[in-house]
Amino acid sequence: MDSVAQRLSAVGAGAALELRGVTRLFGALAALTDITITVRPGERRAVLGSNGAGKTTLFNCITGDFPPTSGTIRFFGEDVTHFPPYERIRRGLRRTYQISALFPGLTVQDNVYLACRGVSRGRFSFLRPGQNDALMHAADSLVQAVHLGGVKDQRVAELAHGQQRQLEIALALAGAPRFVLFDEPAAGLSPTERAELVEILTSLPAHIGYIIIEHDMDVALRVVESVTMMHNGRIFKEGVPEEIQSDPEVQELYLGGGHE
Amino acid sequence: MSVTHDARIQIRPPASTVQRPAVRSWPDADNPAVWIVAIILLIMPLIANGFFLIEIFATTLILGTMALSLMFLAGYGGMVSLMQLTIAGFCAYMVAVFGVSGNANISLGWPWWLAVPLALTLATIFGTLGGALAVRTEGIYTIMITLAIGAAFYYFTNQNWAIFNGHTGINNVATPHFWGVDWRADIPFYYVVLAIAALCYFAVDYISRAPFGLALQGVRDNPRRMAALGFNVNAHRVAAYAVASFIAGLAGVLQVWNYRQISPGSVSVGACIDILIIAVVGGITRPVGPYIGALVFVLLRTFALDFLVKIGLDGNRFRLLIGLGFLAIVFWSSDGVIGLWQRWRQSHRLQPDRPGGGRSHG
Repeated sequence: MDSVAQRLSAVGAGAALELRGVTRLFGALAALTDITITVRPGERRAVLGSNGAGKTTLFNCITGDFPPTSGTIRFFGEDVTHFPPYERIRRGLRRTYQISALFPGLTVQDNVYLACRGVSRGRFSFLRPGQNDALMHAADSLVQAVHLGGVKDQRVAELAHGQQRQLEIALALAGAPRFVLFDEPAAGLSPTERAELVEILTSLPAHIGYIIIEHDMDVALRVVESVTMMHNGRIFKEGVPEEIQSDPEVQELYLGGGHE
Repeated sequence: MSVTHDARIQIRPPASTVQRPAVRSWPDADNPAVWIVAIILLIMPLIANGFFLIEIFATTLILGTMALSLMFLAGYGGMVSLMQLTIAGFCAYMVAVFGVSGNANISLGWPWWLAVPLALTLATIFGTLGGALAVRTEGIYTIMITLAIGAAFYYFTNQNWAIFNGHTGINNVATPHFWGVDWRADIPFYYVVLAIAALCYFAVDYISRAPFGLALQGVRDNPRRMAALGFNVNAHRVAAYAVASFIAGLAGVLQVWNYRQISPGSVSVGACIDILIIAVVGGITRPVGPYIGALVFVLLRTFALDFLVKIGLDGNRFRLLIGLGFLAIVFWSSDGVIGLWQRWRQSHRLQPDRPGGGRSHG
């Protein structure tokens, strides 16, 4: 038993994200049942599944928005199962939300500045940032990176949907992310905006791994190297994109059988 | 955790950072109306007699500063606290208890420069503890908890004789005399009040653009996302209560010096709600709102009585006028008087800037 546990924890130490036996109950409803996943640092993975498969609940458990009912979550070897969300974020975990979770009363620049400030010191600082504030510059370049330079002084409430989705991503890339959870980043985007999204995802530094929930196969399978299929709160299949696409059971369940 | 932004995420070079955003200058420093109001406030003792100076303007500034502490919590933090007056009243009691008063059996007789910092510290602790309770709830429950704290304090002061001297309160509270000046004389006191109100006003305005204030507005807009950005949301909220408590405490010190006494009537539930009315009538989106609301409130309280008697109604009905005004404001402008003012300005864009829409303080 001991040696198995030791070997497993040695394996876990090399993983960016390791979930073991994660279960989440909402009353009698099991949203997640016994989920075990290991993701390497820098690995890019898609989580697929129909509505209600538990994908977003999985993200909520990983970030701590909802703690798991049972099971353990390790982030770069550290057991974060009982950490509050902000402690996980400060360790390099990031996420985006399926429905944009922004600060509509603040400007684009301030939104991104807050994201940069949240993962650095001085969150309680009473001093306004000066002309050469490093975080202001970091926020500036992030705003540019997601193509929002032209609207950076506008209040977020005034932005178009596509711009809000881009800001959503910018907030998750602030500071030094080590692992990002993207929850349907392409939702509601135009084809042009989807192409930009793919460009942003593929141009991320190689050491930043991510899990992406995405229904658009054109986006999802272009930006990942592995796929996890979920169904009814359980892991149903894991593999490389080609395997998953050609798997008859997957086609039956998710692709409606008629794909390809 | 690294504080440096990962340079490789920059898809474009940071040349664009030359065009500076961010750092806004002092509030409306280029707006002539602000300068006119500031000058009027500074030369007020030349214009107004002692009654207007203290009963109207100093009282407005004191109530406005209490309401400012609520505006800070509600406008930036999204937390409606009904205990801001209670914190001010607690601070006032502590000044009376530690300082010199007519109730020698209660007051410790310490000099003001010892009593006031201690009272402020205790009031800040009191408000922070109350806030630590209140932040576990949201919305209407925050209002209920802070109202319960206010009501409990009111009944406690009524019934406790050892420290709070029951329903008679503490009278003849001494006010500072030094450098040969009686600082409670009308003109020096007006300037003391103006200085402290201005300090609080500018501090709140400054903090609103500092990381702490921005994060507070983030907590207001979306607490869950703030946690997902690395912020400890509850710690931020409690810290906001600490700041607001200190501001309310300062106003409480001024209040006890103004009236030279403090009694349970000053910390009643009705008075707690008055602060909410002042803040909402003025508008809670900008720090100037509470001062406008306080001016409206004080003018109504002072003159509505005569007005009502003149038209043959009971003078004590002045609250009816305030209530109707409150209804009208929340009905037509969720943003208070400053909201009305801003909309009026927008519909008169072609006209040049003019001061008006109620005298603003700060």
